[in-house]
Amino acid sequence: MPLGEDRSPLSTTSVYNVKAEVFSSLSIKKMEEIAKRLRRHIITMTGKASSGHPGGSLSAVEIVTVLYFRLLRHKPSDPQWSDRDRFILSKGHAAPLLYAALAECGYFPVDELSTLRQLDSRLQGHTDRTVTPGVEMSAGALGQGLSFAIGIALAGRLNSQNCRAYVLLGDGECDEGQIWEGAMAAAHFKVDNLTAIVDNNRQQIDGWNRDVMNLDPFNEKWQAFGWHVIEVDGHDFTQLIDAFNQAKLVKGQPTIIIAHTIKGKGVSFMENNPDFHGKAPNAEEVEIALKELA
Amino acid sequence: MRECYGKTLVELGKENPDIVVLDADLSRSTMTQLFAGEFPNRFFDCGIAEQNMVGIAAGLAASGKIPFASTFAVFAPGRCFDQIRMSIAQPGLNVKLVTTHGGITVGEDGTSHHSIEDLSLICSFPGFTVIVPADAIETAQAIRVAATSYGPFYIRLCRPKVPLVYNQDYRFNLGKAITMRQGKDATIIAIGLMVKAALEAADNLKREGIDCRLLNISTLKPIDEAAIIRAAAETGAIVTAEEHLEHGGLGSIIAQVVARHYPVPIEFVAIKDTYAKSGKPAELLQRYGLTAKDIEQAVRSVTKRKGG
Repeated sequence: MPLGEDRSPLSTTSVYNVKAEVFSSLSIKKMEEIAKRLRRHIITMTGKASSGHPGGSLSAVEIVTVLYFRLLRHKPSDPQWSDRDRFILSKGHAAPLLYAALAECGYFPVDELSTLRQLDSRLQGHTDRTVTPGVEMSAGALGQGLSFAIGIALAGRLNSQNCRAYVLLGDGECDEGQIWEGAMAAAHFKVDNLTAIVDNNRQQIDGWNRDVMNLDPFNEKWQAFGWHVIEVDGHDFTQLIDAFNQAKLVKGQPTIIIAHTIKGKGVSFMENNPDFHGKAPNAEEVEIALKELA
Repeated sequence: MRECYGKTLVELGKENPDIVVLDADLSRSTMTQLFAGEFPNRFFDCGIAEQNMVGIAAGLAASGKIPFASTFAVFAPGRCFDQIRMSIAQPGLNVKLVTTHGGITVGEDGTSHHSIEDLSLICSFPGFTVIVPADAIETAQAIRVAATSYGPFYIRLCRPKVPLVYNQDYRFNLGKAITMRQGKDATIIAIGLMVKAALEAADNLKREGIDCRLLNISTLKPIDEAAIIRAAAETGAIVTAEEHLEHGGLGSIIAQVVARHYPVPIEFVAIKDTYAKSGKPAELLQRYGLTAKDIEQAVRSVTKRKGG
């Protein structure tokens, strides 16, 4: 289903009032319901596509729920709203999660989620800013989103805007040198209107981070690069909300939230299983997963 | 050319507050330092980190700024190919990559600083506009056109001061080849500082009785196919001249157009599948076959292959 001329969604199957600028009224309980719904979407859409990245999508659900349904100033009816907060999904393979959140917010119809990865779909395998309403960056080639987010934050500062840039990184993604180029630059340019989050599920494709390419001491690295570091349980809404709010108050340096998460969270056979980084559930697995997420 | 780039950026910066400039620790060479001096809060030296520089430029462009990002041609796209691909080319963002020190006239710094592949790499990106100006006058105009045309641009400048081939009446026309000499026996198609050498070659050949057309095809992408096809049809032989590898640059692009539309014999004045080394710029041009004499030799050779 296309968007209307004014880019408003043509479906009204979203959770709440799509005209609200700031979705700050949701309770923790409501957000837990949304998180479950997003998890179900991730399973169904990758299952339907027989392709996609469930593991790293599931681990970041609470993070993205807090952002899109509580924290970000954004307008699904006006994805180009110039004063919006921008969220950059640097770990672009978690596209299913972002698409699910955008659909539930009303950027496009929820039933479009079933077109993931199909030919001519607006929902590409990795995020594509040229086709999907609400997607800020064409990601997928890891290591690039932090730099992009810094550019956005600097533009916001030049324009004297109040908006903020948020970027979600993978932990394995932090193997990429460009991440550390960005880390140095963000501190050097004192980009304090930027909050980064690491989905620290401690796994990558070839196994646990510590076995493939050890990142520890991880927090200390970010501190050494001049960042304000906050550690949280990445599945705890209260901790996440507090961390995001704290980040907004930090001046003179960027903030990174190290969110400890579980890859594949919410689906028993996917939890902590690197096999499901890039493997979609088959029909049987979809059924089991959806029962667990009921 | 570089000085001219720097000065034009300052002018643009005064005219448009959305112009921002980035560099990777080479602003004293690329001359973005002139902009930095005037507009320090709109200038971002990213240090020796080209991948990050490209990403930041992309983010700035996504937010409505007009970023000019500079470094040596060997480092962009070479060092940040994937970043240009996914952050700029694929989304078609409004970033202007202006590199200096193209080719081998970088000279004594040697292979690591010579850029003989950059045009091949950058022309492979769909949606990029690629310009190789022939002199300072063309450079100033190309920079202005880039600033006011939406989309990704790559503009390649050279290190040495080059003599002017245009006067103040010249008007750069994006996407159009300029006919600098009319002729009917062969066509020389040149870019960048090879245009000067091509002019010299054309004049020498004329004295020999070989009447060469000369095209400066400063917009390498999108290429002026019509002018090339006309040249093939009307002169029957082509010589291309570039400060670049034979592989993937001007010669390859012309060859594709000609082969597809109007096959004629072509000779390529370019670097033949090798790396150049340290030396004085003039020595290197001679050693690696990029002089007026080399163009003349190629024209004599290609005209012999005509009329089969």
